[in-house]
Amino acid sequence: MEHGSAAGRSTVSTRFALRDRTAIVGLGATPYVKRGHSAPQTLEELVGKAIIAAANDAGVAVPDIDGFAYFAGGFDTGYLMETLGIRDCGFTASLTGSGGGSAGAVGLASAAILSGHAETVVVVGAVQQGTLRYGAIPTSYAASPESSFYQSAGLVGPGHMFALLARRHMHLHGTTRDHFADVAITVRDNAVGHPTALMQKPLTRDEYFAAPMISDPHCLYDFCLETDGAVAVIVTSTERARDLKQRPVLVHASAHGGAGEWARSIYWMDMPDETFASSGHAAIARRLFAAADVDVGGIDTAQIYDHFTSQVLMQLEDYGFCGKGEGGLFVASGAVARNGRLPINTDGGQLSGGYIWGMSHVREAVEQLRGTAHHQVAGARTALVTGGPSNVPVSGLILRSDR
Amino acid sequence: MTRIAKRPPLGAFTLASDRWTEPFWDAAEEHRLTCARCGACGHFRMPPTPFCPVCRSQSIEWPTLPGTGTLYSYTIVERATLPGTEHTIPYVPAVVTLDGADGRRMVTNIVDSAIDAVRIGAPVHVVFDTLEDGTVIPRFRLGESAA
Repeated sequence: MEHGSAAGRSTVSTRFALRDRTAIVGLGATPYVKRGHSAPQTLEELVGKAIIAAANDAGVAVPDIDGFAYFAGGFDTGYLMETLGIRDCGFTASLTGSGGGSAGAVGLASAAILSGHAETVVVVGAVQQGTLRYGAIPTSYAASPESSFYQSAGLVGPGHMFALLARRHMHLHGTTRDHFADVAITVRDNAVGHPTALMQKPLTRDEYFAAPMISDPHCLYDFCLETDGAVAVIVTSTERARDLKQRPVLVHASAHGGAGEWARSIYWMDMPDETFASSGHAAIARRLFAAADVDVGGIDTAQIYDHFTSQVLMQLEDYGFCGKGEGGLFVASGAVARNGRLPINTDGGQLSGGYIWGMSHVREAVEQLRGTAHHQVAGARTALVTGGPSNVPVSGLILRSDR
Repeated sequence: MTRIAKRPPLGAFTLASDRWTEPFWDAAEEHRLTCARCGACGHFRMPPTPFCPVCRSQSIEWPTLPGTGTLYSYTIVERATLPGTEHTIPYVPAVVTLDGADGRRMVTNIVDSAIDAVRIGAPVHVVFDTLEDGTVIPRFRLGESAA
C-alpha cells in the first residue's frame, strides 16, 4: 500500500485495494443462438442455466451463492433465489445504464466481497431478442421530455447513433470503410472454427462491400449479431479461490463510470469536439490503468465490446493501444489479428460469435487466462475486457492469471 | 436519379415535454428556432434541462436564433429498423451546430435535400415540419437560406 502514503492520493489508494484480491472461479453459459431461437425458454430460465453451469464449473453449490452483481438493471434476485433454492443473500445490486456496465459488474462483485457483504457472488448477463430487438431498444423507453429531442429525429437504435460518431471519425481522421472491414474480417476469422461462435464462414472484403448499407457508413457487417443467450461468472476471494476447482483468474483492476462530458453522449450528441468521435472510454482507461500495475503495453489480449466495428477502433484509441485517430491504421496493420501484438475478440466477439451484452467478452478473457481458449493466445497472462461504448456508465476490467 | 432525404419514421413518436422543454416546442409552433440559455451565466444548453450545468442556476432564457447552422455529422438510414416504415427510406439523422448558440448542437434531420450533397461542414437552414397531431419539429435543409 505504498501508493497510499503520498498526500492527496487517498482516492487512488482505495481503488488499488481491489488488486488481485478477488477472482473469477466459475464460468457458465447457455449456447449462443440466433435471435428468437431460445424459445420456449424464458429469459429467467437462460439466466438460471448459466448460473447453475457457472457454479458447477467452480465446484460451488448453487445454494451457497450469496450475492448477485448485475449491470443494466439486472434481474429479479428474489425470483432467482426461489427458483434456484438459494438460501441467503447478502448483496444484490446493479450498475446503472445498459451494456456499458458488463465489464464493470465484475468489479461490483469484487466490491461486494471486499466489503464483506457476500462471499460468493454471481455476475450474470443475458439477452433474448425474440420480442424486443436491441437495435430498436430506445423505442421501448417511455417518451420523455429529453428523449423527444432525439426520437423526433428518427434515431431508432444505437446503430443510427454510433453511425453519427463513425462519420465524424472518418471526417476528422481519414478513417475509411476499409478500416471497418478490417475489424469485421479479423473478428470473423476468430469465429470460424470456434465452438461457441454463430458465424462459421470467413468474410471476404468483397462480401463486406457487397453487403446492404444499414445506416451509412455502417453496413450489415459493421453491426453485431442479434443473439439469445446467457453468461454467468462466479467471483469469490482469491484466498478461497485457490481451494476451488479451477485455476483462479484474478480481478486485477476494474472501473466504471465515465466523464461528465460523455454522460448522455449518444443521445444528446453534445460532447466536446475532441471526444465526439470516440468511445467514451478514455476516462475509464485512465482510472483502470491508475489502479493497475500494468500499462497498456502489458495487455496480452483484449476483448473489446464490439457492437459496431467503428467503436472497436475508437476504443483501441481511447485505451491508448494507438494514438487518437490512428485506430484505422492500427487494425489495418494486422496488430489485432491472432498473430498480431494485441489479439482481440478471440471468440469471434459480438460481431461474429454472439451478442450477450458484453458478458461473452468476460467469458473469453477467462478462457484465455485459464489457458483453455479455443484460439489460445500463447502465454496470455493479462487481459482487458471492455463494456459497451454507450452513455455513462461504460466500464473496463483487467483480469490476470494467478501466478 | 437524385435521391432526396425524406422524413424519419415517427409512427410511435409522441412529443413529451415539461416546463423546461415546452418553450422550445412552443417557439417551433411559431416557426422560431430557440435554444435554452442560462439567465445567470449565459451558458447555452441542449436539450433544455432544469439546471445550468455550469452555475446550477434555474433561470432560463429563450433567445431566437437565426435558424442557420453547420452540419456536424450525419448518417443516411438505408434500411427500416421498424416494420412498416420502409417508405421513409432514405432519411438522414444529423447533428447540426446551431448559429448564435455558442457552438451548441441539435439532433435533427436533413430533409428535402439531395443525398449526394450531404457533407460535414455544409451550411444548413431550419424548416418547420407539422406532424398530424400538430406538433411542430424543426429540421434542416442544405443551403444557407430558403432562397
